[in-house]
Amino acid sequence: MSAEVKSSSFIKSRRQTIDEFQPRITGTVRYGDSIFHGLMFFFALLILVMTGLILWQLLAGSSASIMHSGLDFFMGTRWSVGDDVYGALPVIYGTLATSALALLIAVPLSLGAAIFLAELAPGWLRAPVSYLVELLAAIPSVVYGLWALFVMVPVLRDPVQTTLSHLGFLPFFNADIYKPIGLGFMAAGVILAIMILPIITALSRDVILVVPQSQREAYYALGATRWETIKDVVLPYARAGIIGAGVLGLGRALGETMAVAMVIGNSNAISASLFSPGSTMASRIANEFAEASDLQRSALIEIALVLFMITFLVNVAARLLIGRIAGKRAV
Amino acid sequence: MHSYTYRKRTNTLMLALCVLAVALAILILLLIFGYVLVKGIGSWKAAFFLNLPAPPGEPDGGIANGILGSLLLVAVASGIGIPVGIGAGIYLAEYEDRFLAPTVRFLTEVLVGIPSIIAGIVAYALIVLTTKQFSALAGGVALAIIFIPVVTRSTEEQLRLVPATLREAGFALGIPKWRVITGVVIPSALGGITTGVMLSAARVAGEAAPLLFTAFGSQFWPTGITESPVAALPLYIYRYAISPQSDWQAQAWGAALLLLLLVLGLNIMTRSLARSGMKRGERR
Repeated sequence: MSAEVKSSSFIKSRRQTIDEFQPRITGTVRYGDSIFHGLMFFFALLILVMTGLILWQLLAGSSASIMHSGLDFFMGTRWSVGDDVYGALPVIYGTLATSALALLIAVPLSLGAAIFLAELAPGWLRAPVSYLVELLAAIPSVVYGLWALFVMVPVLRDPVQTTLSHLGFLPFFNADIYKPIGLGFMAAGVILAIMILPIITALSRDVILVVPQSQREAYYALGATRWETIKDVVLPYARAGIIGAGVLGLGRALGETMAVAMVIGNSNAISASLFSPGSTMASRIANEFAEASDLQRSALIEIALVLFMITFLVNVAARLLIGRIAGKRAV
Repeated sequence: MHSYTYRKRTNTLMLALCVLAVALAILILLLIFGYVLVKGIGSWKAAFFLNLPAPPGEPDGGIANGILGSLLLVAVASGIGIPVGIGAGIYLAEYEDRFLAPTVRFLTEVLVGIPSIIAGIVAYALIVLTTKQFSALAGGVALAIIFIPVVTRSTEEQLRLVPATLREAGFALGIPKWRVITGVVIPSALGGITTGVMLSAARVAGEAAPLLFTAFGSQFWPTGITESPVAALPLYIYRYAISPQSDWQAQAWGAALLLLLLVLGLNIMTRSLARSGMKRGERR
């Protein structure tokens, strides 16, 4: 039996050649490859099935509520289990408001930290400090919530919010209806900002590091200062990636449950005032799901469905912006 | 336009702000870890680790069933998640096709970011509703839903890092493809794969949201994987923290310290192992 060299074109792929080679060399058909391939295919298929299951359960579970509430779900502000009225506008508002606040606080800080880590830090400092910032990402959400509840909220109540209430002419700091108790949108926004900071920092740092040195050097050659180079060359070059990092942080903030549930005050209010308590989609589910009645549970699953779709879209947008640089992080 | 002095001062100011930003981040890390350490260590006594919870006001309550429960849940989640995650990762890295691989790759990248409470809802619908029972299985499945995409992505990445020449050498020797994968590629990437698995396990160990209505929490020892609700460290932290009892709140800090040490310890350990593994690899 001779191993015939296939007189095929060079373009024929390696794998294809190997698979066809095997039987001709040995004269027998090998089952190992097919079995193994089939097994791995099965596992990959399971992920597809899992996603399908998630979608199916969310849709099936929320169907009762969709038929019951219709559009009032998105526009109603009243959430009453007793009357079977489920208006989700307050929780949608709460989710968006806290996430927006979190981004507002986190993005400048993260960008600053990323610039430091990518541009300013001496070589020996870069790795340890990056490591420490990434360690922030490993802290479990409940621990953040615990710390926020007992350490951050009292500080917010006094002196932060009492001082800010002097600016009560601004709707954000209006203390007329909601006396500052520390809990509320501000607390949730701040702890969310802390939680998404490491993600945005790490990704922005990676993106900034990829900017070619030649770009910077050209600007230096024109007499620019370091900050001017960062502002006019590096950041615009890395803009898409940085926005992607921010969007990814947004995605994380939208879905964050435990820490928010512990500090947001769990009321149904819609208010521009940051002192006001409120709820987010995830915190509403966390608070009510375990003991929910059938229609209530269906309404909560409808909230989950909306949350799933929003975070899905946000994550897709982030991936498109960042491409494969995000791959390294098991976020 | 601007004087040189202005530009120099702006430069110094902005760079100082960047340093401040990093300092703030590190400060927060130290504050969190510091508070958890100081407030948590006070609760660390033998009874805390060995006893079941006691009613509020009674001394010597503990979170022993939470420690066991968390281990049980992570074990179930890993038992389901490791084969599926690594298998899918192998498929994505070693086999390419036109539909399944790109779709699964896209789905895992996106599933990594979904809120963990949704995993809890799915596990609730699939298992709690059908078995009419909160259980470690339900909690484990919920955690597995979070676990699998992360492990799949990290496994695929680690396998792609293995140089093609290694595989080709195997093929050149006539080794079947599956033996090349299991005997050459995977051992070569094993350190990275293990790191990915352990980091994912650390992450799911700290999750509370998916467990709220799957494992549900309990005051007793777990009686089995499918027969009873199960306590878990993150659930204790959450429930005790929002309770009005001060001794329960103290236990929340103690549990948080334990969880933090476990999670951070695992992170630090796996990263330093990964680093030394890489150094060894370079010398070879």
